[in-house]
Amino acid sequence: MSTLLIPFRKRGLSGNTGTVPPKFKGIKESRGYRTFQFFNYLGLGLLAFLTLYPMWHVLIGSISDGRALMRHSGFLLLPIGEISFRAYESVLNNPNIAMGYRNTLYILSVGIPLQVFVTSLGAYVLSRKTFGLKNPVMFFITFTMFFQGGMIPMFLLVRDLGLMNNLLSVVLPFTVNAFNLIIMRTSFQAVPESLEESARMDGANHFTIYARIVMPLSKAVIAVMVLYYGVGLWNGWFWASVFIRNRSLFPLQLILREILIIQDLASMTQGVSGDEMISLTEAIRYATIIVSTLPILTVYPFLQKYFASGVMIGAIKG
Amino acid sequence: MRGMVRRPSRFAEEIPTVGIKPPPSTKLSTRLKTGLLRDKELLIMLVPVVTYFFIFHYIPMYGATIAFRNYSPARGFAGSPWVGFTHFARFFRSVYFERLMVNTIYLNVLALVFGFPAPIILALLLNEVKTKWFKNSVQTITYLPHFISLVVIIGLLREFTITSGLVNDIRVMLGFRRIPMLQLPEYFRTLYVTSEIWQTIGWNSIIYLAALSGVDPELYEAAKIDGASRWKQTLHVTLPGIQSTIIILLILRMGRMFTIGFEKIILMYNPSTYSVADVISTFVYRSGLLEMNFSFSTAVGLFNSVLNFAMLLLANRLSKRYSETSLW
Repeated sequence: MSTLLIPFRKRGLSGNTGTVPPKFKGIKESRGYRTFQFFNYLGLGLLAFLTLYPMWHVLIGSISDGRALMRHSGFLLLPIGEISFRAYESVLNNPNIAMGYRNTLYILSVGIPLQVFVTSLGAYVLSRKTFGLKNPVMFFITFTMFFQGGMIPMFLLVRDLGLMNNLLSVVLPFTVNAFNLIIMRTSFQAVPESLEESARMDGANHFTIYARIVMPLSKAVIAVMVLYYGVGLWNGWFWASVFIRNRSLFPLQLILREILIIQDLASMTQGVSGDEMISLTEAIRYATIIVSTLPILTVYPFLQKYFASGVMIGAIKG
Repeated sequence: MRGMVRRPSRFAEEIPTVGIKPPPSTKLSTRLKTGLLRDKELLIMLVPVVTYFFIFHYIPMYGATIAFRNYSPARGFAGSPWVGFTHFARFFRSVYFERLMVNTIYLNVLALVFGFPAPIILALLLNEVKTKWFKNSVQTITYLPHFISLVVIIGLLREFTITSGLVNDIRVMLGFRRIPMLQLPEYFRTLYVTSEIWQTIGWNSIIYLAALSGVDPELYEAAKIDGASRWKQTLHVTLPGIQSTIIILLILRMGRMFTIGFEKIILMYNPSTYSVADVISTFVYRSGLLEMNFSFSTAVGLFNSVLNFAMLLLANRLSKRYSETSLW
């Protein structure tokens, strides 16, 4: 049980000398601590299982045989009955889902560039030490994090702007997230000042410094912003349900709500014959979840470190 | 590109003003003028952001004044007649008032009491794990639900708690009856809080893990030399080390006390669970957006915002007094 022997923290050992510590095998910790470690590993393992299991259950259910799935009870660890992709066939042939995907992709393609661009401009200005109005503008922005006009005035505003039943209504009101702006500003502050100074010597103005120096050096934080804003737009459903009444403009999440929560059979099984419908509904709901969550599930493991780094940058906020 | 050509000639006189305040004897108007000139490009770049916040945050704040008017769409925000606190009075006297207050506070206190410490505990436990791959996998896995949409999360919750779902299968194995959990008021709060923790525990632990890695290792060495056990080290080195992070996040969390979770509640509740699930913001949603009582529901919403803001100020003040950590 090598895991129960706890080496000293490596940094602690090397101290300030900067020498590489010899491979240290660790000393035996107290019995109480070893018992703690055993339960700690066990508990964390259980937490990981509890987090993953629902997704696994859904994945396995979606490729199981519909009738067998309805009779089955308890945990689903392996597919039951013959592996069947019938549920996926009906989900992929469901015109509602295709329509939802199209609308959501439109929202993403318009929203992300707009949000990242406007946020980065603001973050650039507020990261300049010499900017005289920095504090009042910062206050103007952060105040909105703590006090809002509320749901109804927002609705009336969007309606008066003529944005009802327009996909822009789920983008424009959310162009800048104050917290994201702070993350980006913090990251821009880390760009070495000497670069800006030497560019100034060469006669560069702020537009040039922004476009040629700060932005190219901030690819990591731009990636974080693309991910945060993208996830927000992809997952948003509430304001879409308020602003968009025309069904052909429904983003994916509203279609999902019909299928998964309101359990609208007509929306769910468009393109499936009547007698097959009943036996397939459970598998179809599972397949719908997988199809709609797949994009994030596939890219997530590769992008995880970027996602997390955003939190860290935000945390250092001065 | 134009700037590049014309700049050098002006450059000599521009340098001294950068970063150096003009002498205080200069008149305010002159100082303002030179400042604006110096920051001209920055001000142009600021236009989109300021416009956005003005339109989509400050106009709705002004719009909230319809709480004191009888709003009619034909007359608009500014033209509708003033009625003072009529709508507030109606809300305070309505049969819903007590139920909404109790539900809002109860649900949020539960979510706070169980949901707030959870990620801290997770971070402390993960911090003790010295097997790198294990720690990384637990982190990667527990962050994941943060990115799944609320609609899908509640869809999953439904699948698992319907009478033929897994939770009921387990209940049967343990000798209980099958029950439609989402239809029963007595399970609503439990389901709300547990699903909340399930979704957020990992992601919220990141910030604490970052704070933990910033604790000076020499402090641990010193504590060890003084004979402190692991538990004592956690108590006297680790926790004080991340105390300010915890307090800041607690203040922020208090400031959202009465707003969080309404999108989730709307997806989760149904008329049979309104008695415990209906909170101020879901009431605003139904009364305002579904029944179109604009002025009345704005008044209720404004009451909610003010309550929220008061909580934030209170939390900040208390923390300033007792721990010297505060937002401002």
